[in-house]
Amino acid sequence: MGRKLLTEHINVEGINTFEVYRKHGGYRSVEKALKTMTPDEVVEEVKKSGLRGRGGAGFPTGMKWSFLAKPEGVPRYLVCNADESEPGTFKDRQLMSKLPHLLIEGMITGSYALGARTSYIYIRGELLYVLRILEKAIAEAYAAGFLGENILGSGYSLDLHVHPGAGAYICGEETALLESLEGKRGNPRNKPPFPAVQGLYARPTVVNNVETIAAVVPIINEGGDEYAKLGVGKSTGTKLISACGHLNKPGIYEIELGVPVEEFIYSDEYCGGIWKGRDLKAVVAGGSSVPILPKELILKTAAGENRLMTYESLSDGGFVTGTMLGSGGFIAMDETTCIVKNTWNFSRFYHHESCGQCSPCREGTGWMEKVLHRLEHGHGSMHDIDLLVSVAKQIEGNTICPLGEAAAWPVAAAVRHFRHEFEWHVTNPKEATAPGAAYRGAAVLA
Amino acid sequence: MEPTTAPNKPQFSPAAQAEIKRLLTHYPEDRSKSALLPILHIAQAEFGGWVSPEVQDLVAETLKIKPIEVYEVSSFYTQYNLKPVGKHVLEICRTGPCMLRGSDELTAHLERITGAKVGGTSPDGTFTLKEVECLAACGFAPIVQVREKYYEQLDTPEAVDAMLNELKGLVHRPILPWEETGLPNSLKNY
Repeated sequence: MGRKLLTEHINVEGINTFEVYRKHGGYRSVEKALKTMTPDEVVEEVKKSGLRGRGGAGFPTGMKWSFLAKPEGVPRYLVCNADESEPGTFKDRQLMSKLPHLLIEGMITGSYALGARTSYIYIRGELLYVLRILEKAIAEAYAAGFLGENILGSGYSLDLHVHPGAGAYICGEETALLESLEGKRGNPRNKPPFPAVQGLYARPTVVNNVETIAAVVPIINEGGDEYAKLGVGKSTGTKLISACGHLNKPGIYEIELGVPVEEFIYSDEYCGGIWKGRDLKAVVAGGSSVPILPKELILKTAAGENRLMTYESLSDGGFVTGTMLGSGGFIAMDETTCIVKNTWNFSRFYHHESCGQCSPCREGTGWMEKVLHRLEHGHGSMHDIDLLVSVAKQIEGNTICPLGEAAAWPVAAAVRHFRHEFEWHVTNPKEATAPGAAYRGAAVLA
Repeated sequence: MEPTTAPNKPQFSPAAQAEIKRLLTHYPEDRSKSALLPILHIAQAEFGGWVSPEVQDLVAETLKIKPIEVYEVSSFYTQYNLKPVGKHVLEICRTGPCMLRGSDELTAHLERITGAKVGGTSPDGTFTLKEVECLAACGFAPIVQVREKYYEQLDTPEAVDAMLNELKGLVHRPILPWEETGLPNSLKNY
């Protein structure tokens, strides 16, 4: 069993209340930081921990924090990205509902490190019930003197608010999120300027994922070096994996980075294997944006090494034979899954969620959805398969935010590894479009 | 002459007004437009589950912004309903992970038993069906959201019946002051 730094007490009765959370060691990081550390020392510990952004991009958190501009007399902000909406990802909802004080504690310690006096948690609008849980917990933290004026007599003051979105995947992109927090459409901003210089209300701002902020708590409690001892290489600490799709035990698992993928899928400690006694066909390992891999390549790298749940191991082989850890949204598909249908579904998602600002994304996502729709329904041609790859290539790198890549990568990877299945939809349309039909031939592994 | 108020001009209830006042304290004074999204949620809950142009104008007036600033936002975010809806809006997740666990079958089943088509309302006005993208509860698929509640693992007719029976027993009323509508099972039994 690996160590659990975030979810150790998640099953404790009443852990959502301040009293019980405090009894189990809650808010120690705030006491330690505010009473014994300077803000820069907190940043330093986070740097030492090797913590990388848990929202999907995996950027080193300490470095992101150190980029924050600090002009005199100008307010700066810490904003928590709780707009969890990458298909396959559902860890933050669980963390916030069950352990609201863990996020609040991380927000206080993080805000102190960054010198923020007002901080926000931006939560997706569908989770209003979780917003209420957070607001209740925030009220408790104010009452206990951990928020508000002069926290613990340290002279440091902080206000913390929760702000709901209203249904838009794009608001998970940090500049779209800031636009939305300002009461506007969620259109991503052109960069530079980066949020670290001009973010919320054109003030210096850091945006971090829920899990990233929560991880600051054990890092400050135990020290960055201790945290960095967990995991493998540059993948330090623990990660919440949202496991879904055709698994016997879908759910949220906190793993020490470095668990072999095979163990994660098949062992009873984690997902307990593929449902209904079926065989695994493919996995999308890090949320719907990352390249899909056939069974052979998700279990072992092209060089034949065991694939591990780390940033490095999952991306071994680049986008030819590898993928990404991403947000940790782990979607398993059994042998009866139609890859063409699944790719069409994801393309429809990205088309629906494109904000429409950049032509390559606005037009390209719609185009890919249409082509995939006709392939899936037996009206496609061989030329369509190459067309898909060509459109994907023309979106990638030509948009101001990563939604373009997020839409292009899954399509390109599906065609790369499952081209035979796409071709089968063209050559055998009747068979391929029969209810429940799925291609059982071999995948392309190189 | 005294200005006359249009007879059907919507007004926020005192509870909603109090909640709006509280929300406005969250943002810098010159940035009150930030409260637009949360106030639109309140408006939708207050005025029958959708935001009419009149209601959006009221929101603009409340925040002292131009109506177009409200319209461009309400039309961007999918949670705001811009047309009248039935008593209960069933938002069915259709994205990959839910599809893998039977959301297509769930949608077909819901259309059959409610008499509503996706995008429309049942003849008796009870249920509106709406397909939505990922609700971030993929491990408990397939999922339907109704107002503030998630109904999870709706992969049997019995589970669907239980949801519909619970909804039929609910009286539609404004959800202010915010009530706790109950957590989905996945969050109760972790």
